[in-house]
Amino acid sequence: MMKRNQLILGDKTLKDITDDICQPVETLPGKGWVGMFLSAKTLLLFYIFVLGMIVANGMGLLGVNHPNGWGTMIITFVFWIGIGHAGTLISAILFLFRQKWRTSVARTAEAMTVFAVMTAGLFPLLHTGRPWLDFWLFPYPNQRGPLWVNFRSPLLWDVFAVSTYATVSMVFWYIGLVPDFATLKDRAKNKIRKTVYGVLSLGWRGTARNWSHYEMVYLILAGLSTPLVLSVHTIVSFDFAVAGLPGWHTTIFPPYFVAGAIFSGFAMVVTLMTLVRIGFPQFKDYITLDHMEVMNKIIMTTGLMVGYAYASEFFVAWYSGNPYERYVFMNRAGLPGTSGDYAWSYWIMVTCNVIIPQIFWSKWARRNIAVMFVVSIFVNIGMWFERFVITITSLHNDFLPSNWGNYAWSFWDGALLFGSFGMFLTLFLLYLRVFPAISIAEIKPMLPVGRDDHKGGH
Amino acid sequence: MAKLMPGLAAIFTEEHQILEAARKSRDLGMTKFEAISPYPIHGMEEACGIKRSSIPYVTFVAGTTGLLSALALTWYTSVYDWPINVGGKPPFSLPAFIPIMFELTVLFAALCSVGALFYHCGIPRVDPPTIDPDLTSHKFAIFVPENETGYEAKKLETFYKGLGAESVKKVEAY
Repeated sequence: MMKRNQLILGDKTLKDITDDICQPVETLPGKGWVGMFLSAKTLLLFYIFVLGMIVANGMGLLGVNHPNGWGTMIITFVFWIGIGHAGTLISAILFLFRQKWRTSVARTAEAMTVFAVMTAGLFPLLHTGRPWLDFWLFPYPNQRGPLWVNFRSPLLWDVFAVSTYATVSMVFWYIGLVPDFATLKDRAKNKIRKTVYGVLSLGWRGTARNWSHYEMVYLILAGLSTPLVLSVHTIVSFDFAVAGLPGWHTTIFPPYFVAGAIFSGFAMVVTLMTLVRIGFPQFKDYITLDHMEVMNKIIMTTGLMVGYAYASEFFVAWYSGNPYERYVFMNRAGLPGTSGDYAWSYWIMVTCNVIIPQIFWSKWARRNIAVMFVVSIFVNIGMWFERFVITITSLHNDFLPSNWGNYAWSFWDGALLFGSFGMFLTLFLLYLRVFPAISIAEIKPMLPVGRDDHKGGH
Repeated sequence: MAKLMPGLAAIFTEEHQILEAARKSRDLGMTKFEAISPYPIHGMEEACGIKRSSIPYVTFVAGTTGLLSALALTWYTSVYDWPINVGGKPPFSLPAFIPIMFELTVLFAALCSVGALFYHCGIPRVDPPTIDPDLTSHKFAIFVPENETGYEAKKLETFYKGLGAESVKKVEAY
């Protein structure tokens, strides 16, 4: 029989697990964390300044123009929403599939989801140009008729999808945290800590009856989140696919977007996990090389799916015989007879998303922290460019040559993109210090996996 | 949520001990005792004789409500109150309403399930009783309230000590 590797290394006792995971929350941060936090926070302040400038001066600061009505904000929105998907995949879908390894990374991946969705959510709200009127997005009785929102528009579906996704992800994350907050409260040495975590733990006691309901709700939330996460990126892809534009109007978009989202999200999980392992060495016993290897396999698999989607788009463009569709794709790749203005972005995308992840065919690469960190960064870059390619190449050269024009990338576009990382990283770094980064209650039942000495019960 | 009761708590250090203790307590005919653990223990529901959680019914009803609410909302706004011709689609363009119906189904079902969890667990609760702070970390406990059938402090203490309890103590209220 195949022997399973241990999920948790280093012969831990239950108390060791509690101590290890609570340590970052209960000690003062080191120089590394403070350095990273100050950099992230500076970037966040810069981001607030950039957003303030955009709100005060209007969307004209960015490169959006005619015909490129969608630009950095929409591209970066899709990018961050996609990042969030890996967290839900790990916490919900892998839970339903009884993948025990998910337990070590689920909490942090969910945190990533919540922060990524928060970062993403700002973009469509600001992209309206008049964010102070964003409440118009919701169907509420008003004095204009009442004039209702257009339920036939994918943009409105997106409002419902993203807000439901944000709500359910946060609730799912919080429910998972409740027993761990109780642990932190019971360990607290000082009064403030006891009060704060006491409030957050909602008075959780951990009786068998409580656990019975708790596990049922956890299963239900996982079951609800699974179709939800698939629906969110499907609906995001509808924003494009329901429009009649060549390059957007294709039925492949929903699965293609979902695969891309999982691909980019896992890349971000690997980026963050390699850093967490360096910052908190005791977590290496919980987030082992086996965990990282599995995630790298998922990156490679979804990377191949995305590559297949790129290829099939080209095939369908040719096979459809539609001259507009054909032109858009030849133009994307910069083939002769087209302007090829954005071919560079297409080839960056292909290199980062299809070619570079192929290194993960090698077991050595899958288990090498430095290699996987570099690959995950490339995948993140590649997936941002994928959304750039989809949005801009279709918009800039559509049906009428008299209607053609290039995106006017400005300083503010770049500032917006980089600034959004400040928001995400600040939230994430705070999370690592305030919340237990691995689920204490969920990881403990995983202790016997792969161990030889089964004491008692099991 | 039952009112707090004084009683007796036996503290254990191993998972299999508390499973055994819960099973034996039930064999004695006790029904009101609580098994407290830092994490959900496989087989504990059977050992304590806890029935399957009824929360899935809440989820189903809430999900159905969400679905019908979304249908009512889209129908009222787009068909009844102010029908507007959008791209020649019929006023009641059901396929276009499906995303809304799906999202509200999930939203209602998820939030109501969590609400039901809060109700059943009696949370949020200010100042919950604690027996031992280690019960959320690495120890386990069986709590027997005074109104339990056949409650007799002396007898229970020797009973749980015999099952390997690290300590047995009186609890003012739990």
